[in-house]
Amino acid sequence: MLLELQEISLSYGRIQALHEISLTVDQGEIVALIGANGAGKSTTMRAVSGLRPVSHGKIIFDGQDITKLRADLRVVRGVSQSPEGRGIFPGMTVRDNLEMGAYTRRNRVEINKDLDRAFSLFPRLKERERQMGGTMSGGEQQMLAVGRALMSRPKLLLLDEPSMGLAPMLIQQIFDIIVEINQQGTTILLVEQNAQQALSRAHRAYVLETGRIVKSGTGSELLSDPSVKDAYLGVA
Amino acid sequence: MNFSGLIHNFGPLTVTGLAQGAIIALFALGYTLVYGVLRLINFAHSEVFLLGTYASIIVWGFFGLDQNSPTPGMFAVIGLIILGMVAAVVASGVTAIGVELIAYRPLRRRNAPKLAFLITAIGASLAISETVGVITGRNIRGVPRLIRQTDVVVIGNTHITNLQILIVVLALVMMFLLDRFINRSRLGRGIRAVAQNPDSAALMGVNQGRVISLVFLLGGLMAGIAAVMYNLKIGVTRFDAGFLLGIEAFTAAVLGGIGNLRGALLGGLLLGVLQNYGAGLFGTEWLHAVSFVLLVVILLFRPTGLLGESLGRARA
Ligand SMILES: Nc1ncnc2c1ncn2[C@@H]1O[C@H](COP(=O)(O)OP(=O)(O)O)[C@@H](O)[C@H]1O
Ligand SMILES: [Mg+2]
Repeated sequence: MLLELQEISLSYGRIQALHEISLTVDQGEIVALIGANGAGKSTTMRAVSGLRPVSHGKIIFDGQDITKLRADLRVVRGVSQSPEGRGIFPGMTVRDNLEMGAYTRRNRVEINKDLDRAFSLFPRLKERERQMGGTMSGGEQQMLAVGRALMSRPKLLLLDEPSMGLAPMLIQQIFDIIVEINQQGTTILLVEQNAQQALSRAHRAYVLETGRIVKSGTGSELLSDPSVKDAYLGVA
Repeated sequence: MNFSGLIHNFGPLTVTGLAQGAIIALFALGYTLVYGVLRLINFAHSEVFLLGTYASIIVWGFFGLDQNSPTPGMFAVIGLIILGMVAAVVASGVTAIGVELIAYRPLRRRNAPKLAFLITAIGASLAISETVGVITGRNIRGVPRLIRQTDVVVIGNTHITNLQILIVVLALVMMFLLDRFINRSRLGRGIRAVAQNPDSAALMGVNQGRVISLVFLLGGLMAGIAAVMYNLKIGVTRFDAGFLLGIEAFTAAVLGGIGNLRGALLGGLLLGVLQNYGAGLFGTEWLHAVSFVLLVVILLFRPTGLLGESLGRARA
């Protein structure tokens, strides 16, 4: 098991956003987390990456308790997040944004290798290398956020709505790339509104409703689950 | 109004203004760096500067020098100035980091409102300057005359002294080095990342606490250099020496665009020069009034300052 959440709760002031959530992600998996707007998907991601402290429960990563570890130190352990809203550094070039992804690393040769890898996954970023992050289109920023998150060579990649704001053609493409990244050896926890795509690409998935896990199973099980179909897959 | 006086003395007023402005600019960098990263006006920065002025005088005192000592030989002077700068930079840097650790960091941990930071900043500033006031009996402290000011360049009625050249060149060099550091180095990139998006910076593995300490330290270093130049130029310091100059430096930072390093340089030089033109036009007693009226006018037309905010957004 690479990641295990044991009954974690998290509150924003008086609003409790997560109620004792438990889930696991195994080495090499793509695990999807689906749910309606406001269900607590992004909050779960923030708990794992350490942007928000949990009020209850434990987070075990790679065999170690990281519940109280600062966010920047979790990056060193191998957790990397492409956040909701992308979180691009607007006043840095595309290249510098990617360099920021490798902030914790020192080996220039290896970093350059990973820059090349990011550019080959997202050729668009290569074309825009010198452009300011803040002036990129939404789709380009999304690619940049994913590419940047890869630059730390994470063991676990957290992707929060990577298809948000993308044109339909690009959505297909970004999911292909996610699968490719996974096949190159990175474990992925994927949050998506686009449940159809997420479930068909993921090995396993959890359904989140108002801060609680209400269902889990393999991607194909949930795809054919009537209640999931009703709630998240629309009328096909 | 004395237009002919202004025109006649345009050269000398410009030179004097540039030298004053260079000191103001270095001082201003501390405000702009901290604001760029934390959106906080660190009022205690004037005392970061103040302790720099005392530290250098104390170190020179170890060598038996006071304001009545004769000017030492050239090599001794170079050594003494360097030692004075080291002392000032250490004192100012430690003060800056200390203020952040003791006064601001606990507030940040508790997510305190902006107003709490503001009042803490003012409190820290007054507490330090008043403590210095008590220790020194509110007396002025003279500076050894390390540099005998002599004219190096004379064009018409414009005289440029060795000290003025030293001040302006040193300010430009420090500015250049800081700019390189912020824009080219890995740590500089970390500073810009925290300024632009603190959460994203944490997700990249940037230690925010360390970056913030570094930012205060850099501001302190620049203030320490400014303090030594101020000592050499003015020849005395006092517990409230940081106060008015601090307001001018803060003004310069806002004028150039607070959060923008190059803006601090531009704002400082401009403020220094405009103050002197104003003094030439209306008389020396109007020096400060004129410059602050100009500030108000410029901000009416460009509320974000001349170069706009930039550590937070575009390039520093
Ligand atoms: N910064 C915040 N402050 C207060 N409440 C928040 C904050 N972020 C999210 N919430 C609340 O927490 C709940 C879960 O939000 P979120 O995790 O963003 O949902 P999702 O990503 O599934 O759309 C929502 O009710 C939301 O309003
Ligand atoms: Mg969300």
